[in-house]
Amino acid sequence: MFKYLKQLTSLVAMVAVLFTFTTESMAAKKSKTLKNTQKKGFVRCGVSQGLPGFSNADAAGNWTGVDVDVCRAVAAAVLGDANKVKFTPLSAKERFTALTSGEIDILSRNTTWTLSRDADIGLTFVGVNFYDGQGFMVRKSSGITSTGQFKDGISACTNIGTTTELNMRDFFNSKGIKYEPVAFEKADEVVAAYDAGRCDTYTTDKSGLAAQRTKMKNPDEHIVLPETISKEPLGPVVRQGDAVWEDIVRWSLNTMIEAEEYGITSANADMMKTSDNPAIKRLVGAEGELGAAFGLDNDWSLRIIKQVGNYGESYKRNIADTGILPDRGPNQLWTKGGILYVPPAR
Amino acid sequence: MNFKLKDIVPQLITVTAVVLVFGFFTYNAQINMENRGIDFGYGFLSQESSFDVQFSLIEYDGSHSYFRAYLVGLLNTILVSVIGIIIATILGVIVGVARLSPNYLINKFAAFYVEFFRNIPLLLQIFFWYFAALRALPLPQDAEAMFGVFFLTIKGLYVPAFIWQNFSVFFYSVVAAIIAIIVIRIHAKRVQENQGKQIPVFLISIGLIFILPLLSFLIGGVGLSFEVPVLKQLATTSFIYEGGVSLPPELIALTLSLSLYTATFIAECVRAGIQGVGKGQKEAAASIGLTPNQVLKLVIMPQALRIIIPPTTNQYLNLTKNSSLAAAIAYPDLVLVFAGTALMQTGKAIEIVSITMFTYLTLSISISLLMNWYNKKIAIQEK
Repeated sequence: MFKYLKQLTSLVAMVAVLFTFTTESMAAKKSKTLKNTQKKGFVRCGVSQGLPGFSNADAAGNWTGVDVDVCRAVAAAVLGDANKVKFTPLSAKERFTALTSGEIDILSRNTTWTLSRDADIGLTFVGVNFYDGQGFMVRKSSGITSTGQFKDGISACTNIGTTTELNMRDFFNSKGIKYEPVAFEKADEVVAAYDAGRCDTYTTDKSGLAAQRTKMKNPDEHIVLPETISKEPLGPVVRQGDAVWEDIVRWSLNTMIEAEEYGITSANADMMKTSDNPAIKRLVGAEGELGAAFGLDNDWSLRIIKQVGNYGESYKRNIADTGILPDRGPNQLWTKGGILYVPPAR
Repeated sequence: MNFKLKDIVPQLITVTAVVLVFGFFTYNAQINMENRGIDFGYGFLSQESSFDVQFSLIEYDGSHSYFRAYLVGLLNTILVSVIGIIIATILGVIVGVARLSPNYLINKFAAFYVEFFRNIPLLLQIFFWYFAALRALPLPQDAEAMFGVFFLTIKGLYVPAFIWQNFSVFFYSVVAAIIAIIVIRIHAKRVQENQGKQIPVFLISIGLIFILPLLSFLIGGVGLSFEVPVLKQLATTSFIYEGGVSLPPELIALTLSLSLYTATFIAECVRAGIQGVGKGQKEAAASIGLTPNQVLKLVIMPQALRIIIPPTTNQYLNLTKNSSLAAAIAYPDLVLVFAGTALMQTGKAIEIVSITMFTYLTLSISISLLMNWYNKKIAIQEK
């Protein structure tokens, strides 16, 4: 029921934005989103309705996760305090409308970067904070150990409004398997239906499967099959048309990844100011004038590292230590065999 | 002259205001969409949808267009509304009459049912039937057969499929029976008006509707066999039934909750209608020698219906619109398929929401017109 209130508010917000005059001028030198954020005193961030490791609220309403940390990094850079974030939980269906209508300013909600999303609907993806791929979960007792054992008539639970629905069709079609898609609006309902035995398999991004597995009645009864059927680069999204804001979000994320590359952590960031390496000095604000390009002070990146930590710290805290995906897989630095590679901050 | 001006000016002001407000909304939407780089257009309807739908009345898969996906959602909405309206009406009439029963137990039970179901939010009831009640159902491999052929499982209700031979002959025999019944009714009415004699129309009708189709089996070469669902193993502990017809649990849960909820309101309409007919009417009818059946059919019901129909129309409209709650439990109705998946895949929020709103408006107005027509037909004919 709460969900419908939520939907209603985003619909109202959408309508409200459509029906109010905007004085947005493309030529304005300073970012309107940045100005508004500083005026309000908090970053408006759209997250999931609860996906452990990515964006999940505890009983006290504190949000944690790698997606949450991107918003916290932006808040640290722009407002000086990583806690000045207002989180808005969104369903897959609501997320883009909430962003384009201006209800939120960053969408950091395990969202797959695709061409049509980037080009069509007024959004811009700023980077990738998690390389993922779609997989399948089944009950251990079913004896299925590979997608090759799927047979005609299999029922698959999933979320609506995601790339998952499309990949699933491509996958089953290419294998010539007839399947029954059962698509819910909310992840919790998908999990509940699958757990009850409504579906033979549950399909979504593998990180999502690993995270949702922890929510099952008995996690040990379920396994994630080894096959990956798609590329799902997940990353934060901003509205099109505010290049400065886009850059701020992009480089907040890049800062976290680059900090890990240079071994700068939340604990040693201050000491790194005296480092011999100019790249490190630039990242902690001891050299160069990098913040000026965004209209920020020079300590913006230092604050990100000190308050949120580098990417490795965020991953360890949210995904590895919680037992969701202890192995970083492709989400390891390029220097350590992964594919995390960001342009240099200079 | 003055008089005319007084008439026209407020009208003009109203029209101008309406046009201005709508113009302002449209203009603003345009400007805002332009600023955000969103294109407007309905061209996407002919594009390939590339997503599948669980349950469809027409042939559909992801290679069809978004428009076809829209039709799938629309038909599913109509399906659940029509079934819901039929069940809710039957149940509502029974419960409404039961509330007036002199039998204490029946009376109180009906009252309890009405108060219980109409005072719990519908969405909660849908969740209850889907997540609580259906969860208790057995897995396919554990299901006991009902009457040897029905299987009610957590994956749905599996029923035998009819396999017809010479179905058209059977169909025509039913049509012939219906035409014959109409002819006999007209004839019976004329006989009664001219001679005062009564023909047992009801019994004859029942006879016809059974005998003619039966004849089509005996001499028309019509054959009917059943395809019974058979258990099929997908994996060690994963089974489904193959063959027959499967009704998804989402459809069952939604129909059940919508009918049970709406029936309570219809029951109250029926009770109000019957109680709204004066006691004197019944007594007067009895005093001129009508049988109790005739009293109900000829005197009470025609007057009660006039009271029952308008509020019941509202309930039909409510049921149709409430069916959009289907999105909560994965029943692929218009909102889930079109205003859900299709909206997300295309990002055409304004276009899709406007089409969906217009569709519900059309559906509701159609029901409304139909019921108004019926209402007019049974209204008092002023002579």
